[in-house]
Amino acid sequence: MSRIAARFEELKKTNRAAFIPFITAGDPSGDVTAQMLEKLPAAGADLIELGVPFSDPMADGPAIQAASQRALKGGMTLTKVLDLVRRFRKSDAKTPIVLMGYYNPIHKYGTALFAKDAVEAGIDGLITVDLPPEEDDVLRLPAASHGLDIVRLATPTTNDERLKTILNGAGGFLYYVSITGVTGTKSFEEDNVHAAVARLQGATGLPCAVGFGIKTPERAAAVAKFADAAVVGSAIVDRIASGAGVDATIAYCKELAEAVHGARV
Amino acid sequence: MNTPNSYRTGPDIDGHFGSYGGRFVAETLMPLVLELEQAYETAKADPAFHEELNGLLKHYVGRASPLYFAERLTAHLGGPKIYLKREDLNHTGAHKINNCLGQVLLARRMGKTRIIAETGAGMHGVAAATVAARFGFPCVVYMGEVDVERQKANVFRMRLLGAEVRAVKSGSRTLKDAMNEAMRDWVANVKDTFYMIGTAAGPHPYPAMVRDFQSVIGIETRAQIQEREGRLPDLVTACVGGGSNAIGMFHPFLDDTDVEIHGVEAAGKGTDTPYHAATLSKGEPGVLHGQRSYLLQDADGQVLEAHSISAGLDYPGVGPEHSWLRDTGRVKYFSATDKEAVDAFMALSKLEGIIPALESSHAIAHVMRVAKQMEKDKLIVACLSGRGDKDANTVAAVLGEKI
Repeated sequence: MSRIAARFEELKKTNRAAFIPFITAGDPSGDVTAQMLEKLPAAGADLIELGVPFSDPMADGPAIQAASQRALKGGMTLTKVLDLVRRFRKSDAKTPIVLMGYYNPIHKYGTALFAKDAVEAGIDGLITVDLPPEEDDVLRLPAASHGLDIVRLATPTTNDERLKTILNGAGGFLYYVSITGVTGTKSFEEDNVHAAVARLQGATGLPCAVGFGIKTPERAAAVAKFADAAVVGSAIVDRIASGAGVDATIAYCKELAEAVHGARV
Repeated sequence: MNTPNSYRTGPDIDGHFGSYGGRFVAETLMPLVLELEQAYETAKADPAFHEELNGLLKHYVGRASPLYFAERLTAHLGGPKIYLKREDLNHTGAHKINNCLGQVLLARRMGKTRIIAETGAGMHGVAAATVAARFGFPCVVYMGEVDVERQKANVFRMRLLGAEVRAVKSGSRTLKDAMNEAMRDWVANVKDTFYMIGTAAGPHPYPAMVRDFQSVIGIETRAQIQEREGRLPDLVTACVGGGSNAIGMFHPFLDDTDVEIHGVEAAGKGTDTPYHAATLSKGEPGVLHGQRSYLLQDADGQVLEAHSISAGLDYPGVGPEHSWLRDTGRVKYFSATDKEAVDAFMALSKLEGIIPALESSHAIAHVMRVAKQMEKDKLIVACLSGRGDKDANTVAAVLGEKI
């Protein structure tokens, strides 16, 4: 069983949703990211979404755009992201790591080579924002042969027919983008998201995570009542940007984790 | 690579020209680009759509644009006869309006109520603002802060036309960042908004659709040169940024294998420096803005900033059909430096009384180079994609003059 499947299995037994924090690798430095990664599992992160910085993050709002810029300025590259995960795996063999980013760095690295190197580094899944099902064979097929999950996204614009296309080849979990918009901007309508997640859960056996637009522990808890996971990105990244430091950011993550884990009690 | 039976059949049903093109967009946008493709296919098969578009092209834009024999430029170079396709004489002063009219009619058919666009030099922004005014749509134009500064006159024109110009402060603050920002707007406004892309690039169906709307350039040219000279030209050339005027000029000639075709990119300060926009000469295949195509990028796949004196060519990517035509060898791609473009800008102004856009000046610069190696009985057609009034400030600065 993959690390992602094992983790969701565990959570199911205790009737808890997963808390998935997002941080951008290399923001503001590789060292800070390494420290964050090391401390996140103890703070309550069930999975970790690690952003791969890209020069042109078209699906991201100002917070994650700025994080990408800081990371690139600090010299972060896809190769160094793999190094960060290798280092993390020395201290943690169980917490799944999912990379989230854009296709071009992987395209440039070489999709088959990347799938192999990513698994060797200890990465469990890939969310590639601008690589829709129609185009992802070139990455999905080598990923499948190495046991790397391709995590697909569903959105408020996804109709039933489109959902079939998305689910065909989806792995790990299904990521529901709760708003029409870029990361960290709008707020979602709880009723709409609840209905959307129920529809997705009816269509797939994969766990359904909700992300984009969860900005507070309260909102995270609201989502965790019905979704299988809550992803928080921009709100954490904002703290890093404000210079809050690793410990304060980790303390905030702990707050989020407690809200998510206590949601169904 | 095998030679295809025809160079004019692409793209395939998934929007690929060979290994280029496709649809690389966020999932939120996938249903929208699929819907757009459907709407475009339906419109394309509807005679009423073409009738309305052709009527507007004639009465609103002033088409057909002339094919002008540049007699003094020809004499000056002492080589082949040089013809200029005068897209600069279109309403709004460039070829961009051909595409915008097609897209605005499509937006109306689709029931969209708001237009967004990106722009570099501002010519596409002006054309988008123009058609939005003509059809009563609100219009937002994204423009890099750097370009807002160097193209002030066009910013004012867009505002006069009722558009809102949003200066983009992210990234390199030029065309690619304006396109990122337009895509972010589109993701946030999926129900009512039509994204009017200005070049033959982006996710399928844009590259094919924009090419189809711009092909009026090549179709007219083909008929006009046959009427004037009784034969097809020996060389057809155009400047290439994203490549919409070029693909519009080239496409109708692609299967005329006796016609040589040259695209001209911006070499900026030189292709041996980091300051250029010569994507097809110096880039490698990559994925940006919804498509796979040649791209200026570093070893980590990060997109590099392009450089050109001409804001309209200052883009690190290129339309996917050009990438395919490059690899097949059907079209050959060259480049011209900032200096060569300015020299051509001056030469055409003084020899023909035509001030060309700095973008188009790259094509003229190429003509000035190759004409010297061609015999007198040959024919060259260059696409004069736009007028140069907008570039007066830029050229004055190069010449050290204040205006």
